[in-house]
Amino acid sequence: MSRLAATFEQLAKSGRKALIPFVTAGDPTADFTLSLMHAMVKAGVNVIELGVPFSDPMADGPVIQRASERALANKMSLTKTLALATEFRKTDQQTPVVLMGYLNPIEAMGYEGFANAAQRADIDGVLTVDLPPEEGEHCAALLKEQGIDTIFLLAPNSSNERIEKMSAVGSGYLYYVSLKGVTGAGHLNAADVENKLKQIKAITSLPVGIGFGVKDAETAKTISSLGDGVVVGSALISNIERNLDDLDAAKTEIVELLSAMRRAMDE
Amino acid sequence: MTEKYTMPDARGHFGPYGGMFVAETLIPPIQELNAAYQKYLQDPEFIAELDADLKNYVGRPSPLYYAERWSRELGGAQIYLKREDLNHTGSHKINNTVGQALLAKRMGKTRIIAETGAGQHGVATATVAARLGLECVVYMGAIDVARQSLNVYRMKLLGATVIAVESGSKTLKDALNEALRDWVTNVDNTFYIIGTVAGPHPYPAMVRDFQAIIGRETKQQCQEIIGKLPDALVACVGGGSNAIGLFYPFIEDELVKLIGVEAAGDGVASGRHSAPLCAGRPGVLHGNRTYLMADDDGEIIETHSISAGLDYPGVGPEHAWLKDTGRAEYVNITDDEALEGFHALTRMEGIIPALESAHAMAYTMKLAPAMRKDEMIVVNLSGRGDKDMQTMAKREGIEL
Repeated sequence: MSRLAATFEQLAKSGRKALIPFVTAGDPTADFTLSLMHAMVKAGVNVIELGVPFSDPMADGPVIQRASERALANKMSLTKTLALATEFRKTDQQTPVVLMGYLNPIEAMGYEGFANAAQRADIDGVLTVDLPPEEGEHCAALLKEQGIDTIFLLAPNSSNERIEKMSAVGSGYLYYVSLKGVTGAGHLNAADVENKLKQIKAITSLPVGIGFGVKDAETAKTISSLGDGVVVGSALISNIERNLDDLDAAKTEIVELLSAMRRAMDE
Repeated sequence: MTEKYTMPDARGHFGPYGGMFVAETLIPPIQELNAAYQKYLQDPEFIAELDADLKNYVGRPSPLYYAERWSRELGGAQIYLKREDLNHTGSHKINNTVGQALLAKRMGKTRIIAETGAGQHGVATATVAARLGLECVVYMGAIDVARQSLNVYRMKLLGATVIAVESGSKTLKDALNEALRDWVTNVDNTFYIIGTVAGPHPYPAMVRDFQAIIGRETKQQCQEIIGKLPDALVACVGGGSNAIGLFYPFIEDELVKLIGVEAAGDGVASGRHSAPLCAGRPGVLHGNRTYLMADDDGEIIETHSISAGLDYPGVGPEHAWLKDTGRAEYVNITDDEALEGFHALTRMEGIIPALESAHAMAYTMKLAPAMRKDEMIVVNLSGRGDKDMQTMAKREGIEL
């Protein structure tokens, strides 16, 4: 069983939900990201989404765009992100790591080369924002051969037909984008999410993580109760942005926010 | 001799290029757009309305002008200019915005968004939005806002909101990113009018079909004026909409050479250019697979060109396919050469071209002398140069 499947199964058994932080690899340095990943695990997260920086993050709001820009300014890349994941895995064999990013860095590496490199780095899942299943079946098959899950996005306007498709091609979990918009947007509506999750859950047996617009412990609690996990990204990264001259403070604030989310979700 | 050309396939692929590489939220609106486009392109009422707008609002057909003096001066092939600069709003861009706006109206969308580089597409979009009474928001890189301030003012006069994009390289690609972010947020009421043959399917095919009026007219005009097809077609290529508009109706006429001219900026060897077909590699950006300017890690490289409209790291996927199959040839022209083309056309024919089109003129100056006098070149004069007066004056150290 994959690390992701095992994680979600164990959480389900204990009646808990997955807390899934997203951070951009190399923001502002690879060393900081590495120590932040370990600190987040201590704060009670279950899966880490590691953002691969890209020059043109079309689906991201300003906070994650700037995180990408900071990482790229420090010469971060897909290759170095894989090296960072390898480093993380040396002392943490439990926490699943999912790479999240855009297709072109993978195109540049080549799909097969990427699948092999991701396997060597012991990556658990890959979520490529601009690779829908229509274009992505080949890549998903190569990753599957290496035991890596391909995670697809679902949106508020996804039809039953598309939910079935993602459920068939995807594995690990499905990522439900809770609103029409970019990451970090501010108009998440819990009632809408609840209705859509009913529709999704009627079709798929995969766990569903919900993200986009989750800002605080209260939202994390509400949203996670509607699915199997909650993804939080911009709210964490804005702490880095505010504390670029004091990264220890950034780390402390992120850990505090995640701990508060954990407590609220477990209540 | 003609082989039937049927690109793209049903999912928007031109061989390995094109496709629909977008986030999930954009899949439903793209499918909705594709259905509407497939339906209305077969609808006689839609076609009649489009034709009437192209005639009475845009001012088509545009003339095919014989540049007699310039041809004599260059001493080779006879040069004809397809006068897209004479269209309403001053470039070929309006052919496409008129078509997409009619689609938007039929789809019940109340809000129009667009990206723009030189501002020509932004102006053409703001124009049709004003005419139909639709809200219009145009995204433009902050650097382009500065270097094309006249067009910014035109868009504002037309009632559009112009948003200066400060992210990334602050040029056309970043404007496209921001327009995509707007679209994903406002998909229910918003129609995104993409200005070039890029983006996810159906945009590359749809924009081509709206621009193909250029080539259809040219074909007919060539028959009327000289009774044969031209020997070569020359057009500048940024995203590539004016070029594909001219080329497309000639693709099956294999004896007609198709030549696309990319912007070499400071020279391809300098690395400071916008010539992905000449010096890039395949990759995925803005919803399609095509040739891109990217580094070894797949990060998009900042581009450079004196012309804002060519300052883009990608190119329409159909051009990528025409390059790989050898049906079209792609060359490049530096900033300095483009300026020579700009001055030559201005002084020899009394026509001031847009800096984008000046790249096609500059290549024609190389090509024509190498051809016979009984041969014929059609060059797409895709836009007029009024918008570039500030850039030209600054470059030549003149204060206006």
